[in-house]
Amino acid sequence: MLDKNQIAQRIAKEVKSGQYINLGIGIPTLVANYIPDNMEVVLQSENGLLGIGPFPTQENVDADLINAGKQTISMVKGSALFSSSESFGMIRGGHVQLTILGAMEVSENGDIANWKIPGKMVKGMGGAMDLVASADHIIVAMQHCSRDGKSKLLKKCHLPITGIKCVNKIVTDLAVLEVLPEGGFRLLERAPGVSVEEIQSRTEGRLVIEGEIPEMQFD
Amino acid sequence: MINKTVENAEAALHDIYSNAVVMLGGFGLSGIPENCITAILKKDIDGLTCISNNAGVDDFGIGLMLQKKMVKKMISSYVGENAEFERQLLSGELEVELIPQGTLAERIRAGGAGIPAFFTPAGVGTEIAEGKEIREFEGKLYLMERALKADFSFVKAWKGDTAGNLIYKGTARNFNPMMAAAGKITIAEVEELVPAGELDPNYIHTPGIYVQRIFQGRDYEKRIEQKTIRS
Repeated sequence: MLDKNQIAQRIAKEVKSGQYINLGIGIPTLVANYIPDNMEVVLQSENGLLGIGPFPTQENVDADLINAGKQTISMVKGSALFSSSESFGMIRGGHVQLTILGAMEVSENGDIANWKIPGKMVKGMGGAMDLVASADHIIVAMQHCSRDGKSKLLKKCHLPITGIKCVNKIVTDLAVLEVLPEGGFRLLERAPGVSVEEIQSRTEGRLVIEGEIPEMQFD
Repeated sequence: MINKTVENAEAALHDIYSNAVVMLGGFGLSGIPENCITAILKKDIDGLTCISNNAGVDDFGIGLMLQKKMVKKMISSYVGENAEFERQLLSGELEVELIPQGTLAERIRAGGAGIPAFFTPAGVGTEIAEGKEIREFEGKLYLMERALKADFSFVKAWKGDTAGNLIYKGTARNFNPMMAAAGKITIAEVEELVPAGELDPNYIHTPGIYVQRIFQGRDYEKRIEQKTIRS
């Protein structure tokens, strides 16, 4: 089974040079730590920045420079700043090529639920609905099962959904899976030491297994 | 050049009233109009409808207006980090409308730009689409969303001039430029107020036409919600 950092490390292998990328809060934010130095990508923060850099040094902490998770950040060379409407204009307009975000549930037709648990405090969807409605390529980072052992890869989402038919790929602590256009989760890779049978038993939605399923490779 | 300068926040807010619709700039606590919020807190008003991406934290920003029960309704995209907010919401004292962040930004932009409604894909197939017109364009479904305007907009900028021109810094820009345009009366507070002519017109983010009153802010706390530093 993968820990959070390993999930992030595996997702980083999906990133291509030249991409503009939006990273959600949580595991997706960790992906930035595993993007190779020789790769030219630009990280977008939906509160108005292209070019998120590492966390600042103590002396360079600036209240006027935060990411969408409200953490203090720095800017890389060649960054650009803009308003929230411009930011979501570039998201809606399809200029941000890859969105990586967390989820509570994903269904076998690519629906995602990640913003609301009825009966609990509702905090809001932030930018998630805009991102999933517009991005061409969406990768979900999440645990395969909830804390009480229930599968999060479902036939249909039980929780209120954030977007329909939008998820392309899912990386969990157990597996890498692709959402098929006709529906279903195609198993692409297993976490080291995790069997196909275990993944099958922890996946409620339709799991498509074709041929030998390789273990994930970490450099 | 028209001079928009007023003495301070109290003078700028002299005519604010109960039940007004107000917009407050900022993302989290970054770029919030601290001086205007302090001035609102001194007023004997309530029933406000607040349009702001977030609702502050318990003891800072809009959170303080909630503590004083001045807010009837919040229109936001994300409202975590606030226990008093949660209490008022669950007890029914506070009405809340949650809007996807990009839709919120565009509704405000539309309000200032004379566009009554527009179509966006955000929220199609979700509960926020309920009761909204849905149309298909080029094979994809979109929701109709309407413009938002305010009686008063409170914005915070880094630099401003007496003509009301504004320049923001870093990610403190966020919702401020659209809110400036969407307010009937827009009040801008700035960290540095200079005479007209001193800011390079090439670098103005918000043209002064949108700003009715501007003042030199003071005692900025600029609180940080999550200070993260390199290890």
